[in-house]
Amino acid sequence: MTEFRNKNFIRKISSKIPLILLFASVLNEYDFNYLGLKYFSFNFSYILIFYYSLKKSESLGYIYIFIAGLFNDVVMGTPIGLSSLMYLILCGAAAYLRNITLRPSLIKDCIFFLITILIINSLLFMALNFIFNYNLDYLDQIINITYTFLLYFLFSNLFDFFETYLVGRTNAG
Amino acid sequence: MESSRDDFIIAIRSAFLKKGTKQRFSLLSLIFFSIIFLILGSLNFKAINYVKIGIKEIVYRSSFIVSSPENFIKDNYLLVQNHLNLYKENEKNKSELASLISKDLLNKFIILENKRLKKIIDDYLVKSNTIIAKVLSDKGSPFLKSIIINKGSKHNINLGMVAMDGAYLVGKVVEVNYFSSRILLLSDLNSKIPVIVEPNEVFSILSGTGEAYGVIQYSKKYEDIKSESIIYTSGAGSLFKAGIPIGRINSNYLSEEKKVEFFSDFSQLKFVKIVSFLKDEIE
Repeated sequence: MTEFRNKNFIRKISSKIPLILLFASVLNEYDFNYLGLKYFSFNFSYILIFYYSLKKSESLGYIYIFIAGLFNDVVMGTPIGLSSLMYLILCGAAAYLRNITLRPSLIKDCIFFLITILIINSLLFMALNFIFNYNLDYLDQIINITYTFLLYFLFSNLFDFFETYLVGRTNAG
Repeated sequence: MESSRDDFIIAIRSAFLKKGTKQRFSLLSLIFFSIIFLILGSLNFKAINYVKIGIKEIVYRSSFIVSSPENFIKDNYLLVQNHLNLYKENEKNKSELASLISKDLLNKFIILENKRLKKIIDDYLVKSNTIIAKVLSDKGSPFLKSIIINKGSKHNINLGMVAMDGAYLVGKVVEVNYFSSRILLLSDLNSKIPVIVEPNEVFSILSGTGEAYGVIQYSKKYEDIKSESIIYTSGAGSLFKAGIPIGRINSNYLSEEKKVEFFSDFSQLKFVKIVSFLKDEIE
């Protein structure tokens, strides 16, 4: 009885981990800027949202993603609602890919992810530059997109491992 | 052709309009909601402003707590780096200290003389109100260089107040909440302040670059700016008090750009002084 209750608790906690990671990433910005690496930055929240909207859409509710976007705007100092919009477009793209995919493959997911983040960052750049008069460095955006795309391979495998061996095992139990 | 278009529409409709499992809202409704939020926010709609202030107060505090593990790693990383550079720095400091001691004596005399001369020409002296604030979060992201401090309108912080690290300028207050405020650092791309480059008395504008340095722009006497010149606030436009030290020119002869190396290291700010300068009567 106690073992059953423990497993239930672990299952509940592990199912909330993507959500915890999402809020931790928007509040904390995992960007390793303190290392002083000039040409390194990536957007962890984009990877997380795209992966979970594509593979396990029930793990991250749209409303949580919307709130996370609001939090991100406050932390970054960008106009409130902008990140939410970008996150939701990312979710929409992932949901569309999920609907049209018959045989999932990591390469196809990655290429679709790259196209989506290129569109999203272009929208973000245009909105911030032309509507809200923020100055952004074009090179920084390109670097951010490149590393976000490259790290999708790594994080996708990590999340797969997490879902299969940690969440899956507790579910099976 | 017709059926592939239908498939596309069905997939799009399903992605944006259908509520998934455990989803309370459809994607499209939330997208509309965020657009409305964005538009009303940019129009300074009162209700949205209250929501914004509420979110900001919660987020700044939570961000400080959530960032503590990363801050711990960051602090230790910097600590190790500092230890590695200790010997070299000590040698450099010793030689600098010797020359500074002699300069300090001269400075004291110049300050007294300056006060006396100002009194003669009937100029005003500046008095300052200082508030010490703790840095809650330093989001040195590639897109925005700003810090959040734990003092807000409750502690008499106002927009445009100056943020200083010791005697050096680091930025100005651009957003004030009840318990917290945001400071735009001099290194941000959107930061532009009037400065004077000494020696040669060159008036110019210091712009942030989004990197750890700034650049001198819009100056007619560009060739008069030499390497190792010191940058001070010029006081033009009454934005800042004149004479606050900012940084040093570190120009590369291969490049036309006049780079400014800031005196303060913005990545290691723990506390800042928030200062407002007021005109003071001369006794």
